[in-house]
Amino acid sequence: MSMHGPIATGRTATGIPTARLAVWWLLSSEVFIFGGLIACFLLFKFNGAPGFQDAVLTVTWAGAFNTFVLLTSSLTIVLAHDAAEHGDKDRAFKYIWFTIFGGLVFMCVKAYEYGSKIAHGVGFTTNIFWSFYFTMTGLHALHVLGGMVIMGMVSFDIRKGYNLHRAELVGLYWHFVDIVWIFLFPILYIANF
Amino acid sequence: MLDYFIPRASSFSGDMDGLFNLIVYGVGFWFVLTLSVLVYFMIRFRHSVSPKAAYITGEKHSESKWVHWPHYAIIVFDVVLIAGAIMVWVQVKQTLPPKDDIIRAVGQQWSWSFVHSGPDGKLDTEDDVLTVNDLHVEVGKVYHFELQSRDVLHNFSIPAFRLKQDMIPGRTITGWFEPTQEGTFDLQCAEMCGHGHGIMGAAITVHSPESYQATMEAIQNGTYESEYLKRLKEGSTPINAKRPQVSQNEASPYTEKLLSSF
Amino acid sequence: MSQATTMTEAHAHDVHHEESFWTKYIFSVDHKVIGLQYMFLGLFMALVGGYFAYSFRMQLAFPGQEVPLYGLVSPAEYNMLVTNHGTIMIFWVAMPVLIAAFGNYMIPLMIGCDDMVFPRLNRLSIQVFFVSIVVLFISFFVEGGGFGGAWTSYPPLSSVAEYSLTNWGSSLWLLAVALEIVAFLIGGINFLTTTMNSRAPGMRMTDVPIAVWTINIAVIMFMASVGPLVAGAVMLFMDQRLGTTFFLPSAGGDPVLWQHLFWFFGHPEVYVVLFPAMGIVADIITTFSRKKLFGYRAILYTIIATGALSFVVWAHHQFVAGIDPRMANIFAVTTLLISVPIAEMLFCYIATLYGGSIRYELPMKWAMAFLISFLVGGVTGIPLGASGMDIFFHDTYFVIAHFHYTFFPIAILAMFAAIYYWYPKMFGRHMNKLLGEIHFWGTFLTFNGLFLPLFLVGMAGQHRRIYNYQHFPDLASADLQGIRIFATTSLVLLLLFQIPFIWNFFASMVTGEKAEANPWKANSLEWVAPSPPPHGNFKELPTVYRGPYEYSVPGNREDYWPQHMPDRN
Ligand code: HEA
Ligand code: HEA
Ligand code: CUA
Ligand SMILES: [Cu+2]
Repeated sequence: MSMHGPIATGRTATGIPTARLAVWWLLSSEVFIFGGLIACFLLFKFNGAPGFQDAVLTVTWAGAFNTFVLLTSSLTIVLAHDAAEHGDKDRAFKYIWFTIFGGLVFMCVKAYEYGSKIAHGVGFTTNIFWSFYFTMTGLHALHVLGGMVIMGMVSFDIRKGYNLHRAELVGLYWHFVDIVWIFLFPILYIANF
Repeated sequence: MLDYFIPRASSFSGDMDGLFNLIVYGVGFWFVLTLSVLVYFMIRFRHSVSPKAAYITGEKHSESKWVHWPHYAIIVFDVVLIAGAIMVWVQVKQTLPPKDDIIRAVGQQWSWSFVHSGPDGKLDTEDDVLTVNDLHVEVGKVYHFELQSRDVLHNFSIPAFRLKQDMIPGRTITGWFEPTQEGTFDLQCAEMCGHGHGIMGAAITVHSPESYQATMEAIQNGTYESEYLKRLKEGSTPINAKRPQVSQNEASPYTEKLLSSF
Repeated sequence: MSQATTMTEAHAHDVHHEESFWTKYIFSVDHKVIGLQYMFLGLFMALVGGYFAYSFRMQLAFPGQEVPLYGLVSPAEYNMLVTNHGTIMIFWVAMPVLIAAFGNYMIPLMIGCDDMVFPRLNRLSIQVFFVSIVVLFISFFVEGGGFGGAWTSYPPLSSVAEYSLTNWGSSLWLLAVALEIVAFLIGGINFLTTTMNSRAPGMRMTDVPIAVWTINIAVIMFMASVGPLVAGAVMLFMDQRLGTTFFLPSAGGDPVLWQHLFWFFGHPEVYVVLFPAMGIVADIITTFSRKKLFGYRAILYTIIATGALSFVVWAHHQFVAGIDPRMANIFAVTTLLISVPIAEMLFCYIATLYGGSIRYELPMKWAMAFLISFLVGGVTGIPLGASGMDIFFHDTYFVIAHFHYTFFPIAILAMFAAIYYWYPKMFGRHMNKLLGEIHFWGTFLTFNGLFLPLFLVGMAGQHRRIYNYQHFPDLASADLQGIRIFATTSLVLLLLFQIPFIWNFFASMVTGEKAEANPWKANSLEWVAPSPPPHGNFKELPTVYRGPYEYSVPGNREDYWPQHMPDRN
C-alpha cells in the first residue's frame, strides 16, 4: 500500500469534499435507523399500548438539562470547526475538548438517570415504554460515546496540525447526535403531547 | 383453470378462479406479445443476417413512442385487473354475510382445536362441540369463523375453499365461508410456526345435513372416528380417489413418531 | 476538473512495492482484490445455498429417505435448511456478488479512477462481511441447531426460545444478518461517494454506464429501507436475549409490527438485487448488439420510478396476515402499478435489440436468458399482487416459483452473464467456450425444468415450508409427487452442470487464452485499462468525451467509440 491515498479520494466532481459527502451519507443512513425506532415508538403509543403513561416518571429536569448540555456542546464544536478553518489548531483542540467534556456531562447525567430507575426497580423489561426508553436512549448514548472517542482521536491530529478538516466532520456527526436527542427528549420525557 | 388442479368447494372459489383466468388472459396477452417480440428481434437481428447495426437513440419522440404507447396500454390493463382483484377481495375479506352458524379455530404448536357452536348456534355455551384436527361443517350454510392462537402465528388455510387467514396470538380474527361441495379437504397451517409446522394439518369435512347431525352425535357419544386420522392412514376422500396415493411405507420415521404423539 | 490535475494524477502511482501474499490478497485495500474477495465468498456461499436446496428438495422428492451427502432430514432440519437457504441466497450470494463484487471491481474502473475513495473502509467492509459468514456458520452448530423460523423470522416464533426451540440459533442468525447489513452500509457509503465525486474528468452524470447507476440506486434504496429493519432487529434481539416484549402480544407487544418493518425492507430489497442485474445486462446487450441503449434517460427514470414505488408496496406480503383489510386495497393498487415502469424498462431493453447486429457470445446468451426468464417471474407477480387472488396463492409454491423466476435470473443468470463478460478483464484470460456452452445450456434448461413445475404444484395449493406432504392427503397424490421428483431431478442436473463451470473458472485463470485490453470492443472505461488492471488501474487516467453506448455511430470507421477517445474512431 502506498503511503498517499488513491487519486480518487482527491477528486470532487460534485464540488463537495469527499469526506463531507461520506459523512452525509453515513448520517442519512442513521436517520432511517432512528427514524424507524421512533416510528415504532409512536405506533405503539398511539395504538394505546400499555405502560406509556409511565412517561411521567422520567426525570424531566435531567432530560432538559441534558438537552441544554448537548446544545452547548454543539456550539463548542462549531467554534472548533471555525478555529480549524482559520488554522488555529490550539483553539480548535481546546474547543473539541470542551465538546467532549459536554458529552461526558451528558453521560454522567444519563448514568444517574439509569441508576435511579434501576434503583426503583424499573428496568428494561418493566413494560414496553421502558423497553423503548432504554433502547432509544441507550442507542443514543452509544452514539454519544462513539462521538467522544472519535473526537478525542481527531483532536490530537488537529493539534499536530494535520487533518484540520476533520473538525468539521466530527461536528456534522455531533450535530446529528444532538438532533436525535431533540427528537427523543419530547417523546420520552414530556408525558402528554 | 384452477379447478383442474383443485376442487372448488366454497361459494367464492368460483369468483376467485374467474379472477385467475382474467389475470392469465390479461397478463398472458402481454407476456406472449413481449416474449414474441423479444425472440423475433433476437433472431431477426443476429449478426449473420444483420451485419451492420443501426444507430437509434430512443430519445426522439418518433422512437420512444414504441415503448410509451404500450406502457399506457398496460395502465389500462392494470386498472381492469385491480378492479377484479378488489372485487374478489372485498367479497371475501371485507364483507360479512349474515351467518347460519359459527365456529372457532384455535391454533397452537402444532395442532388445531375446533369449537362447533352446537344446536344453539352460539359459541361458549354448554352445547359446544370440541374436536381436535377435525372440523365439520354443513354444505350450503354461511359460516362465520373466529381465529385465535395460543402461542405463535399460524394460518388457517383451506385451499379447496380458496381461503387463508393468519391467526395472531392475543387477537380474534373473524371471517366467513360457505361450503358448496360435500367431501373432506385439507385444512392446513400456512404460516411457519416452528419444528412441527410441516405436520400441522387437519381435515375439514363438508357434510349433508343428515350426516352432519350423525357426526355431531357420534362425537358426543364417543363413537366418532377422526376423519383426519382416517385420511392420513387410508388416503383421501372421494374427490381425490381418482388420484393414486403415495404408498405409506414411504413415510419417514419422524412422521410415525409425530403422529403417534397425538 | 481541469486538464492540469489529470496530468499530475497520472504520476501518483509510479511507486510500486513488493508486497507479501497477505497484504496483496488477504488484507489488501485495492478495490479489485476486495471485489474478487466478495466474489469468491459469494460463489462459495452459492455452493452452500445450493447444497441446502439440494438437501431439502431431495427430502421433498423422496420423503423420509436418507439424502446422499446429507443424511436424514428431520422437520427441524428441514426448516433450518430452508430458512438458511433463503437467507444465504439473498444476503450472502445475490447482494455480495452483484453489488459488492462487481460494484467494487467495476465502479472505479467504469468511472475512470484508480480506487475507491476510502480503500481502508472498503477493507473493513469485507472483513465485517467475512465475520458475518463465520457467525452464520457457528449458528448451524450451536445447541438446538440453526434457526428455522423462515428468512422472514416472524415473531413470536423467532423471539421466544420456547417456541422456536433454537435458542442461540435464532440470535446468531439475526446477528449474522445484522453484520452483513453493516458491511453493506459501510461499502455502500464508499460506492456512493466514489461515484459522485471521483468520476473521470469530462464524465457527466449521463455518461455513467447504467450498471454503475443501478448499483448506486440500489445502495440508496438499501440504505433507506434497511434502517427501520435495523431498528427492528435491535428490538428483536432484545426480545430474544433481554426479555423485552416488543413483539410479544401477551405483554402488549405487536408481532405484526415486525412484519411491517421486515417487508418495508424486504420488498425494496428485491429491487436492490434486481437493479444491478438489469444494469449489467444493459451493458452486455449494447456491447453485443452493437447498438446504442434505447432511451438511456427513459431507463433511468423507470428505475427511479420503480425504486420509489417499491417503498409503498410492502404490505402485499401481508394481505392475509391480519392487517386492516381496507389497507390491502391500497397496496394492491400500488403493487400492480409497479408493473408499468418495469414493463417500460424491459421494453427499452427489447427495443435496444431492434436494428442491432447481435453476436451470441456467451455473456449475451446469459443476458438473453435473464430477460426471458425474468419476464416469467415478473408477470407471475401480478396474480400475487392482485389482493383477491393472493388469498389463494399466499404461502403456496406459486410464490416460490414466482420469486425463483426473478431471483434465479438475477442472482445466477445475470451473475454468470457478468462473470463471462468481465472474466477477461478480471483475470486477463478467456474462459473456454465449449465448456461455457455446456454450462449455459445445461443451466438454462434445467433451471426451467426445476421451477416451471413448481407453478403447477402451487396452483394445486401446495404450501411452502412443509417438510413432507404426506400429512396433507390432497397434496400426497402420486401425480403431484411426480412433479416434485421431476423438479428435484432437474435440480440435481443443474448442480452437475455447475461442475464444468467451476473447472472452467479456475483452470482458465492459468490455461485460458490471453485476453487483450478490450476483447469485446466495448466502449466503457474498464476496457481501457490493461487486462487484468494493475494496481492503480490505468496507465494514464482517462478523460471522458461521450456516453458509454455510442455503438455503430454513422461516420465512424469502427462500430464502437470508446468513451475516452477524443477523435472519431
Ligand atoms: C428480485 C426479486 C423479485 C422481483 C423483481 C419481484 C417482483 C414482483 N413481485 Fe415478488 N417476491 C419476491 C421477489 C421478487 N418479486 C420474493 C422473494 C417473494 C417472497 C418472499 C417470501 O415470502 O419469502 C415475493 C413475493 C411476492 C408477493 C407476496 C406473495 C405472498 O407471499 O403472498 C407479491 C404480491 O403481490 C409479489 C408481487 C410482485 C410484483 C407485482 C412484482 C413486479 O415487480 C413484477 C413486475 C414485472 C412485470 C409485470 C413483467 C413485465 C411487464 C410486462 C410484460 C407487461 C405486462 C404486464 C401487465 C399487463 C400487468 N411478490
Ligand atoms: C437469490 C435467491 C435464491 C436462489 C438463487 C435460490 C435457488 C434455489 N432455490 Fe430457493 N429460496 C430463496 C431464494 C433463492 N433460492 C428464498 C428467499 C426462499 C424462501 C426461504 C424461506 O421460506 O424462508 C427459498 C425457498 C426455496 C424453496 C421452498 C422451500 C419450502 O418452502 O419448503 C425451494 C423448494 O424447492 C427452493 C429451491 C431452490 C433451488 C432448487 C434453487 C437452485 O436454483 C439452487 C441451485 C444452486 C446453484 C445454481 C448454485 C451453484 C453454484 C455456483 C454457481 C457457484 C460456483 C462456485 C464456484 C466457482 C466456487 N428455494
Ligand atoms: Cu402452525 Cu404452521
Ligand atoms: Cu414484494
